[in-house]
Parts: sequence; structure tokens; C-alpha cells
Amino acid sequence: MKVTGHQRHGLWLAYIAHRLSGLALALFLPLHFWVLSLALNDRAALDGFLSWTDFWYIKVAEFGLVFLLSFHFFGGLRLMALEWLPWSARQKTYAATALAAGFAVSTSFFLSATIYG
Amino acid sequence: MITARLYILQRLTALIMAPLVIGHIGVMIYAVQNGLSAAEILGRTQGSIFWALFYGAFALAVAIHAAIGLRAILHEWAGLNGMVLTIACWGIAIGLAGLGLQAVYSVTG
Amino acid sequence: MTQPLQPDQQSLKVRIWRGAGDEGRYETFDVPVLESQTILDVVSYIQQYMDASLTYRFACRVGMCGSCAMMVNGVPRWTCRTHVKKITDKAGSLTIAPLRNLPVIKDLVVDMDVFFDKWVRAEAVHHPTRSIEQGVQLVDEETAERQAANAAIECINCAVCYAACDVVASNPEYLGPAALNRAWSLVNDVRDGARDEILEAVSGTGGCHNCHSQQSCQKYCPNELNPTASIAGLKRETAKFALQNFLTPVKNDKAKKDKAEKNMKRERV
Repeated sequence: MKVTGHQRHGLWLAYIAHRLSGLALALFLPLHFWVLSLALNDRAALDGFLSWTDFWYIKVAEFGLVFLLSFHFFGGLRLMALEWLPWSARQKTYAATALAAGFAVSTSFFLSATIYG
Repeated sequence: MITARLYILQRLTALIMAPLVIGHIGVMIYAVQNGLSAAEILGRTQGSIFWALFYGAFALAVAIHAAIGLRAILHEWAGLNGMVLTIACWGIAIGLAGLGLQAVYSVTG
Repeated sequence: MTQPLQPDQQSLKVRIWRGAGDEGRYETFDVPVLESQTILDVVSYIQQYMDASLTYRFACRVGMCGSCAMMVNGVPRWTCRTHVKKITDKAGSLTIAPLRNLPVIKDLVVDMDVFFDKWVRAEAVHHPTRSIEQGVQLVDEETAERQAANAAIECINCAVCYAACDVVASNPEYLGPAALNRAWSLVNDVRDGARDEILEAVSGTGGCHNCHSQQSCQKYCPNELNPTASIAGLKRETAKFALQNFLTPVKNDKAKKDKAEKNMKRERV
């Protein structure tokens, strides 16, 4: 995908980031649900999956997933505020704040997982 | 491809999930500290009506929310239309709700 | 009648889209750089001195008629009020193409029919409430509704927002920013008598709920209007309207019937 001409502005990038993070989360969900449902019949297999989280690259992937979730969450709050609250001209600032907040939350998770985990 | 009805459902499920996402991320940051294991997760969730309702509502809301989001993407980027699009979205919603509720039952039942 | 480049005159490399329908290619022209030159001046210069067959559309040349919009270096702009100096890229070149999201008739001229048909489909047309005998309705300028209507009113129908919108590009049914902006202005106008019909018209598969708030319409609107805010207003009012219909369908049906009867009586009078 190529970002061209009219798309080169912050709020278009906020749109594409919101869409792609949502898409990635939706694709991850079936795997997430399936692994958890192993708890019922195959607890050893669940433990097997959970032990993968000791690998550094799985920890980074987890960080990525938490980032996608928290970024999609903050970005979604911005969109609902845009639609339902009186208009604010500071949408670019809010979109940047959503990105920063998503990064802060996922970094907390990452630190928690690497320092204590 | 998004009508008023789908828009309301999309935003309503987002509102329902807002506090649930905060709770979910909070639990993750807390739970990951001692490493993840089946025993640790199940010790917290098994037999808990609170977590069953919490994650049950989460799974249903996300199934609807994701199906409507994917509906827009499937129409705009994959060109799906009409009956095919409607069936695809119902399939996604029912599939995600089924898998999600099964997962909730597995860890809380 | 040609006005050739003088040897010491600075020139500008201009790529212009030539063709009809889906077929076409870019042609390059060397145009002399002049003081206070607009994009429309460049296009006019080429048509007058270099290739008389170049087809383009303009009328007022002062940013009022909304007929000269084109894609300039990939961005939709009103060409009569866009200065060359302000927008040429680093290489000093200029690429001019017909407006995006509309069928090309020839060269830089697009077919605007779809664009205006969608205004009608959005019920973005005035629905009068008074006959000539009833006189002019007084409008209170202070109300919040009037302020909202005023904020959306200065549209010149240039279709720059329509060309900038990626939802229009990927969902041909989508009514687009201009038509929805007009609909919002009418929803807030006390003189308009079809609020419910407008809200219904913008709630379908091509309606306001498809907007993803990319805000390209607002960014590129030459009159600095904010269709995204107008569409957000429509999303709120249509959602309230749909919930009302869902919660109290009987009451609404009765209100609709009463209104229809009242309209019929008025017509008989």
C-alpha cells in the first residue's frame, strides 16, 4: 500500500492505524480463544503454550499485541469523542496522545513481563 | 455499507468494552509478573461468577464489534457486497462469539 | 499567436493528464514562470499558446463558482486560487490531473452528475414549509441550530472534498462529504420541513455512518468548511432518531401520519 498525495496528513494516518490495529486484533482473537479453551481438556498443552512466553521474541510479540489493543482503545475513544462531544479542533493532538498512551500502557506491560516475569 | 443500526451496535459495544479493556490490561500487567501458567490463570478464574460475566460480556461485545469493523473492511478493500457480505459478517460474529464463550467457559467453568 | 519562451525566461515543467474516459497519459509542457501565477493560469496558458485542444473547466476565476477544481500534485485544489509558487514540489515540477473519484469526460474535465445526484439522494435539497401567501419566515440567528447551519453553508460545490475522500473511492454508494454537509445544514434549518426524511436518507448503506473521520474533506476544503463535523452531527441525530423509532415505533408512526395529513390539508388550501 502506498500513501499518496491527499493521504499525507496526520489524521489519515490515524485512520489507517486504527483500521490496521483493529484488523490485527480481530485476526489474533480466534487463536487467543482457542489456546484458552485448552484449559478444559488439555491443560498440559495450555502450559506448553504459556511457557513460550519465556522466549524474548514472544515477549516482544506480546508487547505488540498489548500495544495494538491499548492504541485501538485510545484511538476509539478519540473517535467517539469526535462524534459525540462538541467539536474540537485539536484532533491531531488527541491522535498523537492516543499513540503515546498506547505506547505507555504496552511498555508498562513489557516491563512488568521482563522484570518480574 | 454501515447503516444507522450497525453504527449504533458498533459504538454501543465499544462503550461496553471500554471499562472491560482497562480491566483486562490491568489484569495482564498484574498477572504476568510471576510468569504465566495454567494453574495461575485457573486459580484466579475457575468458579468465579464475576470473571465469567466479565469475560462473557467481553466475548459477546467483541464478536459484534469485530464483525461490523470487518464488514467495512471486506466491503471497501475486498469488494464484497450484498448477501455474501451479510453472510460473511454473521459468520464472523457467530464464530467469534462461539469461540469466545467456549474459552470463557473453559477458564471459569 | 504563440508566445514562445524567451531565452532567459525561467520555465516550469508541467505534466498534464490527456485522454478520455479510462484511457489517457501525461503530456509534458514547458510553461514560462510568471509573477503571481495560479494553476489555472498555467492550464490556460497551455490551452491558449501551446495546445488549443486541451479541455478544462472554469468560470469565475475568483473562487466563487467551484468549477475549476483539479488534482494538483496528487491533492485536490481549486486551481484559480492556488498559487504555483506555494505548491510546486522540490523538483520544481507540477502534475495536474482531473478530479479523483469522478468519471473523466476529457483531459481535465470530469462528469459531475454522480456528485450532484448524491445531493438529491441525501435529501440535501430544500423542503419548503410555507406558501407565498404566508410570507417570509423569521430566522433567529442566535439559536445553536442556526449557528450549526451557518457553519456548513458556504459550500461552492467544487467537489474537492469528494475527490479527497477515501470512503468515496472504496464505497461507490457513499453519499460523500459535500452532500452530507448540505444535509446537516438543512437538518438545522428551521425553514426546512423534512428533517425526518433527511435523517432517513442519510442512514442507509451509503449514508453518513460509513465516514471514518479521516478528515481529508476538512483538510482540503478551499472554503475551510468542516464536513467531518457535519457528518458527526448527522451520526448523532440519526442514531437518536433510530433509537427513538426502535423504542416508540407506534408514537412515531402516529406522528408521521399526523404530519402527512397536515401536509395534505396544506396542499388543498
